Amino acid sequence: MSYQDAYSAINDENDSRWAFGTGFEQPVSTVDAPIPSGVDGADLAAYCLMLGEDALILSHRLQEWCTNGPELEDEVAIANIGLDLLGQARLLFGRAGQADGSGRDEDFYAFFRGPDEFRNVALVELPRGDFGELIARLLVFATWRLALFSRLTDSADPVLAAVAAKGVKEVAYHRDYAAGWAIRLGDGTDYSHERMRAGLDSIWPYIPELFVPHEIEARLATADVAVNPETVRAEFDDVLAQVFGAATLALPVRAAAQESGRVGRHTAALPPLLAEMQSVAREHEGAQW
Amino acid sequence: MTSEWPLYEVFIRGKRGLNHVHVGSLHAADDEMALHNARDLYTRRNEGVSICVVRSVNISASSPDEKDAFFAPSGDKIYRHPTFYEIPDNIPHI
Repeated sequence: MSYQDAYSAINDENDSRWAFGTGFEQPVSTVDAPIPSGVDGADLAAYCLMLGEDALILSHRLQEWCTNGPELEDEVAIANIGLDLLGQARLLFGRAGQADGSGRDEDFYAFFRGPDEFRNVALVELPRGDFGELIARLLVFATWRLALFSRLTDSADPVLAAVAAKGVKEVAYHRDYAAGWAIRLGDGTDYSHERMRAGLDSIWPYIPELFVPHEIEARLATADVAVNPETVRAEFDDVLAQVFGAATLALPVRAAAQESGRVGRHTAALPPLLAEMQSVAREHEGAQW
Repeated sequence: MTSEWPLYEVFIRGKRGLNHVHVGSLHAADDEMALHNARDLYTRRNEGVSICVVRSVNISASSPDEKDAFFAPSGDKIYRHPTFYEIPDNIPHI
């Protein structure tokens, strides 16, 4: 018996011969979803790119942990989280290509634009630090993104709502993973506490930017398409306070905002990251594998 | 104190109402981490709806040396199998 692809092979109606690993869902389909009336397609595309780039760039940083993880088990966990985020980026880029009317595909947005066109937050592009820094960054990012996505499930854009509904389950696990490690390290030995503390200190200046609404976000939020990030600050603070309490970590003092990737001011870490990530696609343009 | 995390055995139950099946082992510092690691290592291909983990030291297992005494006596008792019944084709997992 032959099948068109792996999905149809594993989802054959008569699949009782598989004891494990069946019942896959098709990825969220983005075809034929109209842009909500009264919404500027260019705005919607820019918003999808912001959320997509956050996921893509952090996914790349997580991939850098392959062969560098402290334990084999955690290396796989980190790679899984990176794959989840990469999947979110693909769906969001696909929607951007529809919304801006260009029909460009996900590869264009990921691989054929330069650093000055990226609008990801600076937090995700920072160079890879130690495991404490990774956990701090993942905890902050997942807490922030879960708060955004859980509200985005009510978006007036059906594709954003579907992407958010799928992403909520993924990001909830990411937050759980990071919170578990933050508590283990913070409430562990003096040494692990200090490393966790140092990790938090290094990323803390990049938190304020997460809650500054970009003008496009603000516009789309009034049309119930986007979430104004200002509105999730209270939930973010609550969650972190709970984790920090269990981890016996003191909350760092609020820092002044640093770089703001949302308006195109990036750290020096972004250009080399993109150069590496984009090198294969640019070397072999249009290649399929 | 050793520097290596304790070994856990992992059991996964699939979607078909079958029993938990041993799928492998992993290292973890505590029970909760073992569950997380099992999720990440052994359910990546949509295998499971339920995971059990148990510290390997807590499992008692029969030894290969005891194989004959344990299992040979049941080897000639074919009448213990329901082989004298017709089994309908659509009954799975016998």
